[in-house]
Amino acid sequence: MSAITDIAPAATDRLSRARALHWALAAALLLTAAISLQVGATGVTLSAMLGKLAQGETLTQMERVVLWDIRLPRLAMGLLVGAALAVSGAAMQGLFRNPLADPGIVGVGAGAGLGAILAIVLGALLPAWLIDLTGNQLTPVAAFLGGWGSTLLLYRVSTRHGRTSVATMLLAGIALGALAGALSGILVYIADDRQLRDLTFWGLGSLAGASWAKVLAAGPMILLAVITSLTLGRGLNGLALGEATAAHIGIDVQRMKSIAILAVAAATGAAVAVSGGIGFIGIVVPHLLRLASGPDHRPLILNSALLGAILLVLADVIARVIIAPAELPIGIVTAVLGAPVFLWILLKRRGLVEL
Amino acid sequence: MFGKLKTCGGRGGFAAIWTSMIGACLAIAVSAEQSAQPANPHADVLSIGGSVTEIVATLGQGHRLKARDTTSSYPPEVTNLPDVGYMRALSPEGVLSVGPSLILSEEGAGPPEALDVIRAADVAFVEVPNALTTKGIQRKIRIIGKALDVPTRAKALSARVGREMTKAIQDSTRPEGDKKRVLFMLSTQGGKINASGTGTAADALIRMAGGVNAITDFPGYKQITDEAVGMAAPDVILMMDRGGDHGMADDELFDMPAIKLTPAAQNRAVLRIDGLLMLGFGPRTAKAVRDLNHALYNEGA
Repeated sequence: MSAITDIAPAATDRLSRARALHWALAAALLLTAAISLQVGATGVTLSAMLGKLAQGETLTQMERVVLWDIRLPRLAMGLLVGAALAVSGAAMQGLFRNPLADPGIVGVGAGAGLGAILAIVLGALLPAWLIDLTGNQLTPVAAFLGGWGSTLLLYRVSTRHGRTSVATMLLAGIALGALAGALSGILVYIADDRQLRDLTFWGLGSLAGASWAKVLAAGPMILLAVITSLTLGRGLNGLALGEATAAHIGIDVQRMKSIAILAVAAATGAAVAVSGGIGFIGIVVPHLLRLASGPDHRPLILNSALLGAILLVLADVIARVIIAPAELPIGIVTAVLGAPVFLWILLKRRGLVEL
Repeated sequence: MFGKLKTCGGRGGFAAIWTSMIGACLAIAVSAEQSAQPANPHADVLSIGGSVTEIVATLGQGHRLKARDTTSSYPPEVTNLPDVGYMRALSPEGVLSVGPSLILSEEGAGPPEALDVIRAADVAFVEVPNALTTKGIQRKIRIIGKALDVPTRAKALSARVGREMTKAIQDSTRPEGDKKRVLFMLSTQGGKINASGTGTAADALIRMAGGVNAITDFPGYKQITDEAVGMAAPDVILMMDRGGDHGMADDELFDMPAIKLTPAAQNRAVLRIDGLLMLGFGPRTAKAVRDLNHALYNEGA
């Protein structure tokens, strides 16, 4: 228990409520995972398959493919990406002390977008051995490198004498975003019709390309980043009082900033790389949780991971079944669900709605 | 179009939000229209790509179609089949759910991961290469005929297409100095003209029909500046006949600064032809060549 949360009994109350949320969300997560394995266009259900297995029968090849090659990797990717985006959002909002910050602020989004566009448009010009090296995964690899590269660049720009200026980072992020946007625009001009369509779909995000290879590529990095972020709670609480105050109560502010930025870059970079551009999760999830159980970062980060995973997996279920046998890009679903919530949050902050 | 990426970048993506919302509403509306029709017991083919579906039907194998993609709109009855979506963004489970034992697909279906999964489920997958020539169309027919196990029908259709195409192209031939300059516009969204350069289906069709593509400076479809349109001096504007920004009213079209100064605007010469007929390069391409030639030279256009 740090001194900060001992100030008022109300705060401790809220903290225990937020901790109780862990369990509720964990239960909801299990339920969501079961739903995601249960429903899909083919009508193959988890319950029927489990029943078969319990009877000692073997699954048909179709059932095996649907469960093992389609739904399970998709579920795993949804959990990972959702947790990554929501935790990154919570960490960025804490770091920038601004409830509207999101992982994109550190330049991951723009950089990853530029990487993806480069891969889609210029991929054909690369030597074949390089494409083989990435195992047909050129776009995600390029997106990841782009996201990482831009984050490191921003970090370098905004760090002087071992001190990172959050304000400089924000401004540099906007500049870098504009630059990446301009370069992307040039590439759009070069792109042919089909590449343009690919770009559009990439920008809307999708888990349709989920595979075990991608889960294995992105998973360890995302897990590491999320687990690292869980240790940031106390530091972010201190930071909420201002950098100087945080330093006075014994928080190594600079070290925490570095860790937070690197964790966000790793989590978001990997998430964007495997699933394209999925918006809103990073902003809406931490917000909902703060409304529900207060601003304490210690429970908030874990709750964000759980709720982010839940919402993204649910959004993916909707994306998969609503226009079956086709599917919607998941970015459309998160935007349709997230945008009204986001607007409502904004209005509430301005005191325009009473809810 | 990068609105969504920008949204990830933390800057206002309101346009993106609205686009997505409208997109979702459209998608839901479209899905509501999709009626699951009673499937033929022998139907087991998923056909992806407008011209592929058309060839399957022309080979008399339409009854074997179980599902299609968004671009398959001809013959009209195929629109009653379940739609697996856009060919570059297929849903693996969606494709398996229509239960095909054979997938015939135009070049470029994806994403690759989805195709890997579909192959893992033991569904035969045949890719049909794109074509911009008579020989190319015949190759498509041969490949599809072989996959459907109707080689005799395929041979007959291929011969017929060869004859019709040769005649249509021959009948459309004219002396160089007599050819009209044609500008194909893919879209005019927001007043920006997206036109066809060389190496496209539109370019090939214009040349077959005895016209000249007014734009030869670049390959593929690109946005061109207003001045470049003036420089290209097209005698005729060619567009796809469909709604949205493609179906701009004539007055609006000829009022665009880019178009205003062209010979086409002076004669109010604009042609609208069905997109799949014009760009599909399949069994009806000979008709498209004749139609376009007729519209260019015989209707006082």
